[in-house]
Amino acid sequence: MLRRLLRTAAIGVALLVVGFALMYAMVWFAAIDKTPDKILSLATAQFFNALAAGGIYILVAVGYTMVYGIIELINFAHGDVVMVGAFVAYFISFKFLGYTGAIADPLLLLGVLAILFLITMPLLGLLGVGIERFAYRPLRNAPRLAPLITAIGVSFILNNFVQAVVTASPVPTPQLISLQSRFLVFGASIPWLYVVIFIVSLGLMAALQLFVGRTRLGRAMRSTAQDREAAQLMGVDINTTIAVTFFIGSALAGAAGIVYGLYYGQIQFTIGFFVGLKAFTAAVLGGIGNTVGAALGGLMIGFIEVSAVVVGLPRWSEALVFAVLIIVLVMRPSGLLGVSTAERA
Amino acid sequence: MTTGNGSEVMLRLDNVHAYYGRIQALKGITMEVGKQEIVTLLGSNGAGKTTTLKTVSGLLHPRSGKVTFEGRDISKVPAHKLVKAGIGHAPEGRRIFSRLSVLENLQMGAYTRNHSEMREDLDRVVTLFPRLQERLKQAGGTLSGGEQQMLAIGRALMSRPRLLLLDEPSLGLSPILVQQIFSIIKEINAQGTTILLVEQNALQALTVAHRGYVLQTGLVNLSDTAAGLAANEGVRKAYLGED
Ligand SMILES: Nc1ncnc2c1ncn2[C@@H]1O[C@H](COP(=O)(O)OP(=O)(O)OP(=O)(O)O)[C@@H](O)[C@H]1O
Ligand SMILES: [Mg+2]
Repeated sequence: MLRRLLRTAAIGVALLVVGFALMYAMVWFAAIDKTPDKILSLATAQFFNALAAGGIYILVAVGYTMVYGIIELINFAHGDVVMVGAFVAYFISFKFLGYTGAIADPLLLLGVLAILFLITMPLLGLLGVGIERFAYRPLRNAPRLAPLITAIGVSFILNNFVQAVVTASPVPTPQLISLQSRFLVFGASIPWLYVVIFIVSLGLMAALQLFVGRTRLGRAMRSTAQDREAAQLMGVDINTTIAVTFFIGSALAGAAGIVYGLYYGQIQFTIGFFVGLKAFTAAVLGGIGNTVGAALGGLMIGFIEVSAVVVGLPRWSEALVFAVLIIVLVMRPSGLLGVSTAERA
Repeated sequence: MTTGNGSEVMLRLDNVHAYYGRIQALKGITMEVGKQEIVTLLGSNGAGKTTTLKTVSGLLHPRSGKVTFEGRDISKVPAHKLVKAGIGHAPEGRRIFSRLSVLENLQMGAYTRNHSEMREDLDRVVTLFPRLQERLKQAGGTLSGGEQQMLAIGRALMSRPRLLLLDEPSLGLSPILVQQIFSIIKEINAQGTTILLVEQNALQALTVAHRGYVLQTGLVNLSDTAAGLAANEGVRKAYLGED
């Protein structure tokens, strides 16, 4: 147990070091003034940018991958669940608690964040369970196309609902963690917010791994994903198991929604589409069905996106993301950590 | 009520009709299994043996007819509830969870039981199948075919079933392993578990079973004691490779 933990940590640190080196190379390549100090501080700043962006994609990508893993559905509505999560967080922090900006007192900040996560995540989890119950479960044995189209439909419903009932215009969200509170490293001044986002994302991932890997319900989820009938023969109620999967995936999407608002400071009913698309790409990149792969993919997307900015091609960020996806899929059709269909059987 | 064998009836199928969508697989199966018995289901490919087991374990519900287990109508009870009721099913093709470890596969078998009971059952299973003991940490999918079959049977035993359904447990095993599996089946039965056994290997099945049924295209064609079936000319021709 401890050895596995240490190994995982070592691999994670190694990955981050590689990411940092790549970022450094990219900054060096793009910079006109190639003073080592300047490059180091710029690379450090961009590295933390990538961690924060990647942290959000990780939280979303995991939901895609879990749902695909258990019912082989690409849940197109997942990005919009994130969007709803962002709005719920906005309502709680702004409308109910009355915050418009940063909270200076660290204890108070911690309390407010705790409230945000503890309310938003279960609420969004329930939304996910509801979507599964009413939109997907009735189609469980229908041909593949039916639930897929339904997922697109659910996506539109969530979109239109927020657009019509809440607002169609962009909404400024309270950035509870001040962007001015920063720390210095390698000459770069990094907002604590970025570190918080990455740590929240990592922490939730670790909790998920523990749950899926070590608990009875987690085992039931993995069994159901591999062989639904056999799982039933073990006494597993697959309806419950699938509902739990949706609950967890959507709760993580809720967390992503909170973090999105804190990071970008502005939300709109359309954000789900873009976040969803990139996170879905992350899930495919890492190997759909594999949660660790989704985390790896999410982090990579964050790095690619920031790299696009670094090399002066911010408008090409989507194209670059997909170019990398295509290259990876050509070499490994089932994604970086994916198992091929033959192995799955 | 008693079976032809004189023991108390545990499982009864009454004129069971079952379909896969529009395809009819069972056309009125009537049979019973007595407590403590080993009953075997014989029949050629596509006769409906697997389907019969599925209607018992709840993976498939009869469109008409009735399945009764220990006096209770279970025709419409979902599979996951029947495990707790006492029915274990080692399905056709083993269906072990290949990406779960051997231990996790066995833990899944004990899904409906509490933790303290599990320890005891685990001991019992690894005593029956010592090979599994050495491989508890290995992924299920990396076991050999024979080991996977042991795991499938062991996993079904982990729920402490009173009725164990075995679908072709000897398929694809070497002759020595086939012998082993059949002696284990006898042992499980001697420990008090009733067994409904589907087999291609009719000769072997009839040596361990008390009674048997022969299915043909979804109907019971013949039923007799194991000795009676083994002596039956039609059975010998069709399943024991004599002409
Ligand atoms: N999932 C399914 N969908 C449609 N038809 C099926 C399905 N499973 C079985 N059948 C049909 O039902 C009939 C009975 O099949 P079943 O699997 O019960 O046969 P079996 O006696 O177990 O054969 P085998 O010895 O080959 O395992 C066959 O005609 C088969 O084609
Ligand atoms: Mg069969």
